[in-house]
Order: sequence, then structure tokens, then C-alpha cells
Amino acid sequence: MEPHSHDFKKNAAQAAGDEQLRLALAKAQDGFVGKRAEVVGLLPEFEPLREQGKTIRNHVLANLDYYLERYEAAVQKQGGQVHWAETPEDAQNIVRDICKRVDAKLVIKGKSMISEEVALNEALEGDGLDVVESDLGEYILQLAKEPPSHIIAPAIHKTKAQISELFYNAHKKLGFNKKLDTVPDLVNEARQVLRSRYLEADVGITGANFLIAETGSNIIVTNEGNGDLSCTLPRVHIVTASIEKVVPTLDDASALLRLLARSATGQEITSYTTFSTGPRRAGDSDGPEEYHVVLVDNGRTEMLAGTFREMLRCIRCGACMNHCPVYGAIGGHSYGWVYPGPMGSVLTPSFLGLKEAGDLAHACTLNGRCSSVCPMKIPLPDLLREHRRRQFEAKLTPKVANYALAGWGFLAKHPRLYQPLMALGMKMMGLVGRRKGRFRSMPLASGWTNTRDLPAPQGETFHHAWRKRRGEK
Amino acid sequence: MGATRERILGRIRDAVADGRESDWRAELDQRVEQAPQLIRPKLPDDLFACFSEKLVLGGGTCERLDAVSQVPEAIARFLKTNELAPKLRAAPALQGVVWGDVLHVNFGNTRGDDLVSVTPAFCAVAETGSVVLLSSEESPTSLNFLPDVHIVIVDMKQLVPHYEDVWEKLRVFGEVPRAINFITGPSKTADVEQTLQIGAHGPRNLHVLLVSDLGIDGPCADSA
Ligand code: SF4
Repeated sequence: MEPHSHDFKKNAAQAAGDEQLRLALAKAQDGFVGKRAEVVGLLPEFEPLREQGKTIRNHVLANLDYYLERYEAAVQKQGGQVHWAETPEDAQNIVRDICKRVDAKLVIKGKSMISEEVALNEALEGDGLDVVESDLGEYILQLAKEPPSHIIAPAIHKTKAQISELFYNAHKKLGFNKKLDTVPDLVNEARQVLRSRYLEADVGITGANFLIAETGSNIIVTNEGNGDLSCTLPRVHIVTASIEKVVPTLDDASALLRLLARSATGQEITSYTTFSTGPRRAGDSDGPEEYHVVLVDNGRTEMLAGTFREMLRCIRCGACMNHCPVYGAIGGHSYGWVYPGPMGSVLTPSFLGLKEAGDLAHACTLNGRCSSVCPMKIPLPDLLREHRRRQFEAKLTPKVANYALAGWGFLAKHPRLYQPLMALGMKMMGLVGRRKGRFRSMPLASGWTNTRDLPAPQGETFHHAWRKRRGEK
Repeated sequence: MGATRERILGRIRDAVADGRESDWRAELDQRVEQAPQLIRPKLPDDLFACFSEKLVLGGGTCERLDAVSQVPEAIARFLKTNELAPKLRAAPALQGVVWGDVLHVNFGNTRGDDLVSVTPAFCAVAETGSVVLLSSEESPTSLNFLPDVHIVIVDMKQLVPHYEDVWEKLRVFGEVPRAINFITGPSKTADVEQTLQIGAHGPRNLHVLLVSDLGIDGPCADSA
């Protein structure tokens, strides 16, 4: 999809005023946070497992060349093919070529963030292919022509009424003439519509939660079973995965799976965890005839070489956005590209550059909740700060902010000037704001006061109060 | 194609290869071939109780049978309780079971026109309440996903504590099958307003029969 991260400020301001969105996000975040806390509480080993998970992922990243080659050899041994893609265009072309060669008409897709990242649907549709998303959330968004707003609950922002409207308009021509108003009816209608698509599809495309070097398997984790139908029934299965998804063994994968579902949906395990390895075997009556894996780099090798390597530990669980107050206030679409929330604010500028997405790093209160729940212990606030630092260094921050910071920096280095000036300022603000204790609006600070109040100072600086406490004058 | 691969791997090497010991490759080979000892959560002693509790949490149901001869009756009972006809599609691996005449059983794969399927499982995992199914000619994967009701039969001896125990058994078994399905409950979704709904695309019911002395061949037999 076309990135809109450069419009972040505008989009976020708009979203923050959307009451319906705020309610939907609050409900979803409460649910995710509560369920996660509950299942984490049931597993005394959770903290050691986090530490172990971090160690496994660091080990993989430090030996990524080895594990990718070993994985590739294992896939080939099982009769599968591995393709390497440096750019989104590479990935698109590889998949387009396979579809063309097998004369595909209909492609059914399981949920895959990397396929969003490389804009696969648009490319395939451009070739005249019929592309159908099978994850219910993704299907809803495909009908709405919207990108996902959450990495594991893509349609988190949609209400039942909106979904009902979308289904009514899309399914009328298939003979479904009723507007539905209950969740079971909506899910059931989607089930019926999609069932025939699985059976008709020529190619199934899924993502991969992990790739296993030991066996050449890819893992997908779902509750719906849509990914399984997508990789069992069509003639061809294409796995799209980014290069950092590889893990050494089945045991390593299990260790990470213990963290994934708990952190993501607050389940101990999802309904389906599936390990697919190569095409169908002799005698099999189902399974794909061809099994392909597209390994996508798209900027990850550069991240590996620098400060942002730690971000490549990410297992895409979504916990960081579920616990982020900023995400809760503005939702996923504001971030303007594929990955929202804290992980998106680190990833997007790394992939698209600070010029496009530098503002994302500023929408962070540095409260640290994200990194305290991240199963991979990624120091998200530190990485966001690093983006800010680079943005400032590259002089990409707004001029006003630069002047203001430079001015403040000068004063801070000159205490003889700083202290009396601050004392004066606090006194003035204290006097003006005393009656209400807060400011509803403020010249030059409307960006703050439009969506929240600024507490009024008590009329005294910290230095002054401190001296008073210690009995100094 | 090959050039892209080389460029990507080259960049990775530039980023990580500094300071590697001379025997790094042998060390990593060993790391893969002798799977590492990792943390396994502590479980209660009663594995069946644990399995059953976790499976129910995932939305599935289970019962324990003393002998394979009780299987047809148990399935007939289950179908009756759920107001379903006593008709099912069974994996060819289950042809050895004496089905009797309480059920109408067809063997083979499905294309989606069967309401009920019965398949064998390789293992059951107490940690999560999952059954582990391996794909083969004798146990096609479609049976696990297309029917509305999925009944799984697993030998009590194959109830193991952790995921890792499954891998140990699988390594003894030798082959990595095309599909390994860990199944823990019916198909479900919470994509509409975070409301849990059973039966998204796959089965609406998952029922597991844990049988002492199942005594059938193939991947379901005790290989350890
Ligand atoms: S950054 Fe951490 S919490 Fe966020 S999605 Fe990735 S692994 Fe999950």
C-alpha cells in the first residue's frame, strides 16, 4: 500500500476525535490486556521463557546466514522451492510468475503481514487475478478496501453495523439478501461465501510465524483454520516470509510459540498451529503439488547491520500496541502504513526512511509499557529515541522545534540565566492558571491543548521548592 | 535469482560474520542436530486431567475409553447428543477398527460434503490440550478442517506432557510429514467486535477420544 506516514500528525489528530473509534479501541485493548495478564499469571515460567526467547532470537540473528542456508537446503530436500526477494517488486514478481506459470485464476490468502508490506494483492490484481483474503478480519477489510489497523486483529476498528453493511453489499449478488445483525450470522455468512472459494482456488498464499531450519517447515498459527484450508486445498502453496523468521529447530519454535499466543490474544495456544513441509507426498490425496517460499529482505539486512537489529527479534504478537496509550487514542490507520503502534513506529521509519515516517517516533510518551510486555524484550522506547535522535541530526525535525530546543539547550547550559527566567515563567503561569488548576488552551501550544489540558504550575520552580525544603534561602 | 540470494546472504555475512571462531559451523550444525534443552513448564502429575482441562478451555471436549471396542458406541452417543445422524467419514488409517453397525462409516478423504470426520492422532499434548495429527495417505489433512464435526482418536500411551515430547517421538518416527497439525479446540474467530464465535471456517466441534490400547498401526502406534 501507498504509505501515508508523512500525514501522521493530521491523521492522528482526526482519529483522536473519532468517538466511535476510541470506544472500539478501548474495548479491544481492555480485552487483550486482561486476557494476556491472566494467562501470563498462570505460567510461572513466563519471565524465564521471555529471556530464553530473546536469547534464541539473538542467536538466530547472529547466525542468520547459516540458518537461512540450512533452511533452504531442508526445504529443497522436501521438494519445495525457495525464492529470494530483495525488494517488494522482487517479491511481487516471483509470486506473479508462479501464478502465471500454473495458469491461476483465483488466489486464496491466509493472513500475512509481509504480503501487506510488499503490496502483493495489488500486484496480483493488476494481473487480472481474483485475490480473496480468507482471515475474517482481512476479508472484511478487503471488502471495505482498507488496510489492517492491527497486526493480529486487523478489523479491530470496524463495528458490527459497518460489517453488516459491507456483507450485504458484497454478498447480494451471491444470493444472500438479508442484512444481518448478529455476530453468529455474520460469521456464518462469511463461512459459506468463503468455503467455495477455498475449493476453487488454484493458489494458496500464507505467511509464516516461523520457518524451521531443521526441517524446512513453515508454521502458521490461526484460530479460524483459514490458513490451513488455504494451504491444504489449492494446487500450489506459496509462503511469503521475511528472512528473520527462521529458527533453528522444532524445539526452538515451541519455546517461542509458548510466548506468542499468550502475548498476542491471551490464549495459551490458538486452535490451530500447523507445520507445513514441502508439497504433497506420494499417495497423498490432498496438499499442494507445489510448495514455494518467498524470502523477503526489504531492508532487514540493513537493520541487521545497525542499531535496529534488536527490532528483528519481533514475533509480531501485537502486545506492544495493545498496551500503548497512543495506539489506544489514535488507532492503527493513523500510522499510515502496514505496521502500527510501537513496533510500527520503529519499523516504518527503518523501512521507509525518516523523511516519510520520522514523525511516528514522536508519538510516544516513553512510558515503557510496550517493552515491559514485549515477549522478545525489545527496548522499543530506546529504539524510538534513536529515531528521534537521527531525525534531529538529519535536520528533519520542524524548524520551530529545532529553534525551541536549541534555545532551551542554551539556557539549560547557563543556570544563571535559566533559573531566574524559569522562576518568572512559572510565577506567571501559576497566577494565570491558579483558579482552574489547568489550561484549556495556550498560545503556541494548541497541539497539546486541543486534545488535553495542561496542568497549571504551582507558581514555583523545582529548584526553588527544593531549596526551601532543605532550609536554604 | 542466484545473484539476489548472494547479495542478501552477503549483506548478512557483512553484518554478522566478524569474530567467528574457526569451528563455528560445526557448532551450529550440532545446535540443530541435537535439539537444545529448553525450559519446559512444570505440569501437574495427572496428565489426563491437565489435557482435558486445557482442551475444554480451547472449546473442545474429550472422553476416556478403556478399549478400542468402545469407540463406535462412544461416537454414536456423541453424535446423538449433538443431534447428528450416525454417519461419518473416517481416515483410511482407521479401517482396522471394528466399527460394527451403530455407525455408517465411509473411508477416505473429503471435499467438503461430509458433516462428521474421524481421524487418528499421533499424540496428545497435556501442556496445551492439543492433539497432534500427521498428514499421510492414511490420514488426509482435509478431514481435519472441512467437516463440521471433527472427532479425533488417540492412544492413551501417546499422551505426552510437552510439545518437545512430540518432537522426540517424531524424530524416532523418522519422516517429517507434509503437515503436522496441532489442534486445540474448534475453529473460532473474534474478528467481529472482539466477540468470540465458534465455527469460523473449520469444524464447529472438536471431540477427542483417548483410548487405552488403541492397537492400530501407522504413525498412531507407540513408536517410542
Ligand atoms: S515488538 Fe514485541 S510486543 Fe510488539 S509485536 Fe513485536 S514481539 Fe510483539
